[in-house]
Amino acid sequence: MTNSIMLDPTAELNPVEKQILPRLESLSGATIGLLDISKPRGKEFLDEVEKHLLEMGATVNRYMKPTFARVAPQELNQKISVECDAVIEGLAD
Amino acid sequence: MNHPTSNKLTVVIKKDCPTCVLIEPVLGQLVEEYEGQISVYVQDDPTFPASINSKLDDTSLEFSYRNNIEIVPTLISCNDDEELARTEGWVRSEWQELTGIDSLGNELVDFKPGCGSKTLDPGMEEQLAARYDIALLRARQIELAESEDEIEACYDRGWSDGLPVVPPTAVRVIRMLKGTHRAQEEIIGNVPPDNIPCTIEKVAINAVLAGCKPEYFPVVLASVEAALQDKFCMHGLLCTTYFSGPVMIVNGPVIKQIGINNGVNSLGQGSRANATIGRALQLLIRNVGGGLPGGIDRAVMGNPGKYSYCFAEDESDVDWANLAQDRGFERADSVISLFAGEGLQPIVDQQSRYPESLTKNISNSLRSVVNTKLYGAADAILVISPEHRRIFRQAGWSKQDLRQALYNNLMISGADIIRGAQDIAEGMPEKFKDKQLSKFRDDGLHIVTTGGKAGMFSAIISGWVASGEKGSQLVSQKIQ
Repeated sequence: MTNSIMLDPTAELNPVEKQILPRLESLSGATIGLLDISKPRGKEFLDEVEKHLLEMGATVNRYMKPTFARVAPQELNQKISVECDAVIEGLAD
Repeated sequence: MNHPTSNKLTVVIKKDCPTCVLIEPVLGQLVEEYEGQISVYVQDDPTFPASINSKLDDTSLEFSYRNNIEIVPTLISCNDDEELARTEGWVRSEWQELTGIDSLGNELVDFKPGCGSKTLDPGMEEQLAARYDIALLRARQIELAESEDEIEACYDRGWSDGLPVVPPTAVRVIRMLKGTHRAQEEIIGNVPPDNIPCTIEKVAINAVLAGCKPEYFPVVLASVEAALQDKFCMHGLLCTTYFSGPVMIVNGPVIKQIGINNGVNSLGQGSRANATIGRALQLLIRNVGGGLPGGIDRAVMGNPGKYSYCFAEDESDVDWANLAQDRGFERADSVISLFAGEGLQPIVDQQSRYPESLTKNISNSLRSVVNTKLYGAADAILVISPEHRRIFRQAGWSKQDLRQALYNNLMISGADIIRGAQDIAEGMPEKFKDKQLSKFRDDGLHIVTTGGKAGMFSAIISGWVASGEKGSQLVSQKIQ
């Protein structure tokens, strides 16, 4: 049992949970990825989102997972992280 | 037979102990005489002794651990408030005295030593401490999900310098804390850059992460105290765009005691002590101090020594002062010195057979510290190999003779190195044009010996460009 408990080596200034990345302060000038997870109607939904983003001055890159059933391939995650400031994932049908 | 006392008795035994087996009839008699006032705890086999019905199972060892049982059998006499006396092993006279039964065990030998308590089996004490004393540890406990890999969990939480760390479990931290007599809640100082008050326990957790053995822990603690000396300027050293990081040099008996490499490849890989002691300080600065590369650590390139840079001096020549002696300590003292430096610049000299030639050669190389046209900017450590030291010693030179010769060789006319001289824009300010300049400030060149016995190679550890009172000075701390 004790082996699954570790002692925090830090100054304990932050919560144990992983921290989210800093949020964008503005969409203007930012590059936003839109990730279609390959569910039906995802494209139509993301087309609408893209329109709004473009109006707000963002650049939009579109991506697609090969299948919604599996996590995104590492290459795709890396590509998005290199090319985008933030990503919006299109989830449901 | 006298009457039993009104005290309560406790006996701790184990079946695996021949003395405990021997005294089974004694225990039987005591259970009868002290009915309701005696507890018999068994560490290994709760069915032992078969002749006694009312015995208590201590296979968890909780009772034995909490009551500091070291030997079985142990007999303890208590009143309602406190322990009055205890005896270990079978010493008939003491058992008779504690129980008040003069004839107790008369049929047995007078004396038979006991066996070690199971609480003292190798590694058991820390396990028990982790199980029953985890509440004594102040650090936040982080429980992992079953699916989590321990080492990956440490990476995910940002605790690593890039290499795998040893997961800081309670058992490991408790084991590390046993490497020092200092109280775990003692504050060792405020760790930069965030200036966070840091306990001995936090240092221990980071020493575990780094892979230290408990016997290294006093050296780690001394390295932290050295780093926190104001003269060392750890905050600035961490923040600088320059290459430097803490370089550790260890002197004294501790070198052999814990096995810090001062011989072949002493500045290289392969020695656990060298690799992990230096790393522990860096991880502490990262995790407690908040000194993250790319955050407040703004080094343009850094240097590989920022993972760990720790080595020991070759002290085999007792007539050649070691670094600790240069700093005012005795040869019998164990001391760690910290220097803000980086890298290693070789000095090859396989031809010099006399000190004069070798010193000139070394001086030429020392001129390159930081920049051949910048004087008095950075300190340096001259790392002499045993073979080069031999050349000085055979000619009767002391370390002070070498230092003086280097000083003499390392003077230069300001006109040769001012800005623009040699068609190079960088250099000393114009105001030094008519002055004689020394390459190093007073107390700016340190000399240590380390390395294998074969090879006529010495080296330079170049210092932070902000050396001296404006930045960092070499600091030394006695290892307690």
